[in-house]
Amino acid sequence: MATITLERPRAARRYPFVEYVARRVGAGLLTLLVVSMLIFAGVQVLPGDAASAVLGRNATPSALAELRHQMHLDRPAPERYLSWLGGLLHGDLGQSATAQQPVLDLISGRAANSGILALITLILLVPLSLLFGVLAATRAGRWLDHLISTSSLAVIALPEFVIGTVLILIFAVNLKLVPPVSLVLPGESPLSQPNILVLPVATLLGASLAQAIRMVRAGMLEALRSDYVQMARLNGFDERQVVLRYALRNALAPTVQVIALDVQWLIGGIIVTEYVFGYPGLGQGLAQAVSARDIPLVQSVALLLAAVFIAINIVADLLVVFLIPKLRTAQ
Amino acid sequence: MSSRSGAFPVRAAGWPRFAHRPSARAGLVLGGIILLIALGGPFVAPHPFDAIVGPAFQAPDSHFPLGTDFLGRDVLSRVLYGGRTVVGLAGAATLLAYLIGVSIGLLAGFSRSLLDPLLMRAMDVLLAFPPVLFLLVLATGAGPSPVALVLGVATVNVPNIARIVRSATLDVSVRGYVEAAVARGEPTAVLLAREILPNIANTLLADCGIRFTGSILLVAAVNFLGLGLQPPTADWALMISENRDGLTIQPWALAAPALMIALLTICVNLVADGVARSLGRSLDSESAVR
Repeated sequence: MATITLERPRAARRYPFVEYVARRVGAGLLTLLVVSMLIFAGVQVLPGDAASAVLGRNATPSALAELRHQMHLDRPAPERYLSWLGGLLHGDLGQSATAQQPVLDLISGRAANSGILALITLILLVPLSLLFGVLAATRAGRWLDHLISTSSLAVIALPEFVIGTVLILIFAVNLKLVPPVSLVLPGESPLSQPNILVLPVATLLGASLAQAIRMVRAGMLEALRSDYVQMARLNGFDERQVVLRYALRNALAPTVQVIALDVQWLIGGIIVTEYVFGYPGLGQGLAQAVSARDIPLVQSVALLLAAVFIAINIVADLLVVFLIPKLRTAQ
Repeated sequence: MSSRSGAFPVRAAGWPRFAHRPSARAGLVLGGIILLIALGGPFVAPHPFDAIVGPAFQAPDSHFPLGTDFLGRDVLSRVLYGGRTVVGLAGAATLLAYLIGVSIGLLAGFSRSLLDPLLMRAMDVLLAFPPVLFLLVLATGAGPSPVALVLGVATVNVPNIARIVRSATLDVSVRGYVEAAVARGEPTAVLLAREILPNIANTLLADCGIRFTGSILLVAAVNFLGLGLQPPTADWALMISENRDGLTIQPWALAAPALMIALLTICVNLVADGVARSLGRSLDSESAVR
């Protein structure tokens, strides 16, 4: 008996990180399951199902019944939920109600377009937020800090469609530097005409960068006030080295969380931004599907985006644990 | 650390510290003007918000200082009408979110039973939902409706409020005066209302500004997407969306409502930042607006 009680904590201690990963991923999957139920229930809170949404108000009862049968809407809700979930596990996202096409075919091109937009934004976001955040923190209380802090506080508060509209008015309408809409033909890649990406990326950056800068600044300020930075200074390292080697490294962990928050925010921001510029991405498709009440399309895209959202959260948590050795062994 | 929890009233130091920040003062004055326009605008508007008074997309002139919109309605009048819905819907959603969020937070923080983890896991699930996505799912089920919009935005705000209230309640409920009240045998409702709520008020005050900004942003986004208020309602966000075709010929039809929303949210945020700082907190430590 004694050997068993001794062995257990030892085994757990040997792979605490693996255990943590397993626990975190498990919790994430469970959350996703609950979210899928919420989505399934949410898209049909009110009576009036997908069939009546497709056929409109003047549909005859017999046509409605026919379409309901075709879309399997005459089966009980739990059964429909399970068949939706089962299909998802096999990579079948269902059939769009308005386009009469598999959802997967409708969204694969759009998902790629959204991915490009998000990726470019992220690639610019990380170095820029670190640069401005560190600049503001190392000059805390001086004019550059005031400029960065106050302007970012103002920009955070702006809705992305207002940022987008103002950018269009200035750069597309007045200066005529870039097109006011970002149309991409089906089958074409937005990368073949990079100038249409400028304003959408700038819009997404506007709001997410401001947020990230403020958080990086706060994290850096805390690190700069710490004992080990004081110690490094007293040891005679030059300020540049103190900032980069001591303070920034320790401010990185909170920064990862900030960036994860920002990426999560991007999922919401991208829906509106794509709509502003007419950019054919997942978000614009979702907004159109909601107006048309295309329930199968909405619930599959929504679950997909929610899964990305949860996955980012997990990755960020794991990165933080990885960056702070102390957390790797702690419970 | 202990000064953060608000055990002693900081109200005496609050106003001077708030007024000391020029950005907070500017936000308060300008924000007050915008609020006045939003709420009082309909009384001074020269035309009804839905009256067609001229040709579509007419440039500003002496009759129509901001020109006309895509149907030939007076943009100035619609701007004067269009703030009410923004402030009203966001305000209602924020208020509702506090009613529900504070109740859940108090219950979870004070109950010391299974209720606490149960409520908090439910909040975690809601937090796993991107807010705009949540509202779009709701709009699919309920159709475009202002009621669903307010309920949805309130729901999105509830988890964060509940979390903050719960941790503040946990802090306060181990204090001597609370334990004394428990020992006196006060009923839970009285305990929560008289001993706990007043002592977490500062925490709530520091936080409500960003919740209001967040609500404005969400309400505006859904209205902009055309999934909330429906035409012919005059609403700043809806106006930007419906006048997009006139971008090159009549930019004022977009610029005017865009400017009003921008000023409103910036001012609310500046005031919120000032309030939070004068209470000894920083907005940057919160998980922020969106």
